[in-house]
Amino acid sequence: MPHIELESHLPGITGLLEYRKDTAAPIRDLTQLLLRGPSTLTEAERELIATIVSHGNQCRFCTTAHTAAVDALLGEELLGENTTASMVKKDIATAPVSDKMKALLNIAALTGKNGKLVTTGDVEKAKAAGATDIEIHDTVLIAALFSLYNRYVDGMATAMPEDVSYFGVLADRLVNHGYTRLPQGYDHLKK
Amino acid sequence: MPHIKIENEFPGIRGLFLYRPVTAAPLNALVQTLLHNPHPTLSAGERELIATYVSRLNTCKYCCNIHGAIAQHQLGNNAEIVQQVLANPETAPISNTLKALLKIAAKVQQGGKNVTAEDVALARAEGATDIEIHDTVLIAAAFCMYNRYVDGLATWQPDDESIYDQMGEQRAREGYLTPPAKIKPKEELNHSTKF
Repeated sequence: MPHIELESHLPGITGLLEYRKDTAAPIRDLTQLLLRGPSTLTEAERELIATIVSHGNQCRFCTTAHTAAVDALLGEELLGENTTASMVKKDIATAPVSDKMKALLNIAALTGKNGKLVTTGDVEKAKAAGATDIEIHDTVLIAALFSLYNRYVDGMATAMPEDVSYFGVLADRLVNHGYTRLPQGYDHLKK
Repeated sequence: MPHIKIENEFPGIRGLFLYRPVTAAPLNALVQTLLHNPHPTLSAGERELIATYVSRLNTCKYCCNIHGAIAQHQLGNNAEIVQQVLANPETAPISNTLKALLKIAAKVQQGGKNVTAEDVALARAEGATDIEIHDTVLIAAAFCMYNRYVDGLATWQPDDESIYDQMGEQRAREGYLTPPAKIKPKEELNHSTKF
């Protein structure tokens, strides 16, 4: 049960973002910019960064949501066992992603634990694999942002959706709409 | 040396804000709303103390020093209370509500799941409201973001305390949305007080 009263039809982060809309607005804007704005990293690559950090922080809601988003963006089986996201969570080194992404995912995982763990060597490895300064910057900031989300979602003890199909609907929204608030709100999700 | 090429003179997150203004806008809007804008019950000083304490727990020197300086200026230029909270919130001269909220903030810093129903019940018994509990968790979570951003890119984090004091005084007065004032070196500050 959440630590404060939230709308019961909005599990995970959505109930929190609806609880205090003035703090939600910049959080949503930042996420939209980082995960959907112009970038040399694909949307799926940026969602993988969100996934690996949420996985490291053991945040079930965020990990499942962003895994589903990667699956949807890559046209892979939703929350399947052998998807790219699933393999990245098992082991970055052997996952079917580019060397540049492996280096960036490593930086993201370290940032998720504590920023100081990112060494010059980690950054040099990413640069040698072709990562630009802005890609390194955005990787660190996405990892930092998900360190916020994971703690917000778990620190308020938000609910997990009762049915896994919720994540299919959510992934569809994240792919086709993005992270800004739905103009009509979320009342249509009430049962 | 920072991990990426930052071509401006500003330390910590301020250097990153100038490096990438498009992401700086929502980052500043969030901290402005959480820490500076009017709150129904928590003073700006109390909220800055939560930010300072979490930054210390994350060992982020820049964030701890700058928010400590802002807290000091928000609390009637009281540097001692900031040091007392950092040393031990339990014995610091702050309200029992804030002590309970700082306990929750410390749990969030370690990982959100560590916040138990008992921690929240204790805060409520000390008078904490829903919005105070929500904002404490979000401030702590937000500083886990800011701290990682600042440290993860190995930004410049000066030792000179007068830099944090100047910047902290500006932020306490103006909030987070104005451009940073030029930083004066220590010698220049000493000089100006003499004449």
